[in-house]
Amino acid sequence: MAYPADYQYTKQHEWVSVKGDTAIFGITDYAQHELGDVVFAELPKPGAKITAGKSFGTVESVKAVSEIYAPVSGEVLEANAELQATPEKINSDPHGSAWLIKVRLSDPAELKTLMDAKAYEAFIAEAGKEASA
Amino acid sequence: MRYLPKSPMERQEMLAAIGASSIDELFSAVPERYRLREALKLPGPYSEAEIIQYFSERAAENSVGYTSFLGAGVYNHLRSVVTDAIIQRGEFLTSYTPYQAEISQGTLQAIFEFQTLMCQLTGQEVANASMWDGSTATTEAVLMAERVTSRRHVLIARSVHPEYRDVLKTYARNSGLELQEIPYRPDGTLDQAALKSAIRDDVAAVVVQSPNFFGSIEPVSELAAAVKGSGALLVVSITEGVSLGLVKPPAEADIVAMEGQSFGLPPSYGGPFVGVIATRDKFVRQMPGRLAGQTSDTEGRRGFVLTLATREQHIRREKATSNICTNQALCALAATVHLTLLGKDGLREMAHQNLSKARFALDELTKIPGVRRTFDAPFFNEFTIELPRSARMINADLLRDKIIGPLPLGSSYPELTKHALVCVTETTTRADMERLSSALRKAIAQPL
Repeated sequence: MAYPADYQYTKQHEWVSVKGDTAIFGITDYAQHELGDVVFAELPKPGAKITAGKSFGTVESVKAVSEIYAPVSGEVLEANAELQATPEKINSDPHGSAWLIKVRLSDPAELKTLMDAKAYEAFIAEAGKEASA
Repeated sequence: MRYLPKSPMERQEMLAAIGASSIDELFSAVPERYRLREALKLPGPYSEAEIIQYFSERAAENSVGYTSFLGAGVYNHLRSVVTDAIIQRGEFLTSYTPYQAEISQGTLQAIFEFQTLMCQLTGQEVANASMWDGSTATTEAVLMAERVTSRRHVLIARSVHPEYRDVLKTYARNSGLELQEIPYRPDGTLDQAALKSAIRDDVAAVVVQSPNFFGSIEPVSELAAAVKGSGALLVVSITEGVSLGLVKPPAEADIVAMEGQSFGLPPSYGGPFVGVIATRDKFVRQMPGRLAGQTSDTEGRRGFVLTLATREQHIRREKATSNICTNQALCALAATVHLTLLGKDGLREMAHQNLSKARFALDELTKIPGVRRTFDAPFFNEFTIELPRSARMINADLLRDKIIGPLPLGSSYPELTKHALVCVTETTTRADMERLSSALRKAIAQPL
């Protein structure tokens, strides 16, 4: 699956799509693949404050419950309600309809610390090499 | 897995590998004064015949021929030999918690049936694979309510088992939970006016027991209505599961925490028992422990899987929903076999006998001058009586007549020093009750 060129990425395999002062977070195709079949997503309520690098929720697969870390700081505007009934969308459409939360950014300067698609692809290629080494 | 001691040669090899010349050198970091220099004072070794002899002698020291009227969380009920025969099968008796769970289809099916029975009994939507016992299940229910509500204040009825409250206090001490006790009314049930005035917008859980520690049945529906709308969860704790053969299940509760000992487990000096947590489907991911689920395999055959184990300690470490990372599979199996043998009608019949006999005992005992019923609320198989003097002193007299008398309440409730909790089950005979009645009459009539 291609990594959208207009998204930004973290080393914990989350993506961010920014429009003005709001952003959408999700997890990457690489992350969903590593997790396996996703059965539940635990997401924050609107109004919750989240901090860059800190956990804001969990994604549960048949194998494990994994923390999701905030790429940047802000206030939650909306959580993707559709994932309550159809968490498997995180496997089938991780970069699109299975977005996790919408956030109002509190410090847009933090975005500079993230990777672009090309850097992220190089990062996971490296991770893949280490895993098979 | 074999547990064989290491040979002297293996010890030398291991010491050489880590660069220590002797066991003493290996432990040199332990200060001299803390090191044991003499052999442990252990008897034996004994031969098989000597071991059998030893335990026969110890068994002969047990007191026999006593009649007990103790309940208070642990109950004498009839058990079938079939239960023991099944749980002693090696596949169940010797198996450890299944980490590769789906290989153990029999264990998972037994747990699935246990969960199904617990849901049917409690009127709840989902029950877990079991907890340690009723006290830890009650505490886990409170911690669960804390996770669901993100609140920290807990209202707990003073009529909840004192030892269950102690377990909760131990957990609360370092976890930031605030506990507030709600008193009981003169009829032995929770003081609802006190509850209403204590409910605030930071209350995570309201914890009641029914039948409560005094034997009184709480009006769970009314309590649920009082709690509803506050955002707090209603936790109903049950120590005597057999009551559910007659008493309306606490379906309005948000979480039910139960002791399952009454279902086929002997009192056994206090354990092992089996705890139950049952709740609403929407809280399932905040429920501690694991859940066996039913599914079908690629060929459409019925099969069982372990779910929610991903939230347990061996996977989630410090983020696990509970630090109890196992279940009481063997005791849960005993409960499952016991309840299956009894069936719906059998459990109801057993419950009826408990109620009828307890009623008979109450009538007999309150005929004795100076003995009166303490609380008026409806009861199941336990009730509280007031005696003319210290219940503890009267029990000492009863003991001489080989009667283990009703539980004196003074140590947990200083205002109830003259009161005692009587328990009567289907195992109590009419003769037992008449013997208690005449011994009590005699003890009371004695001049001090």
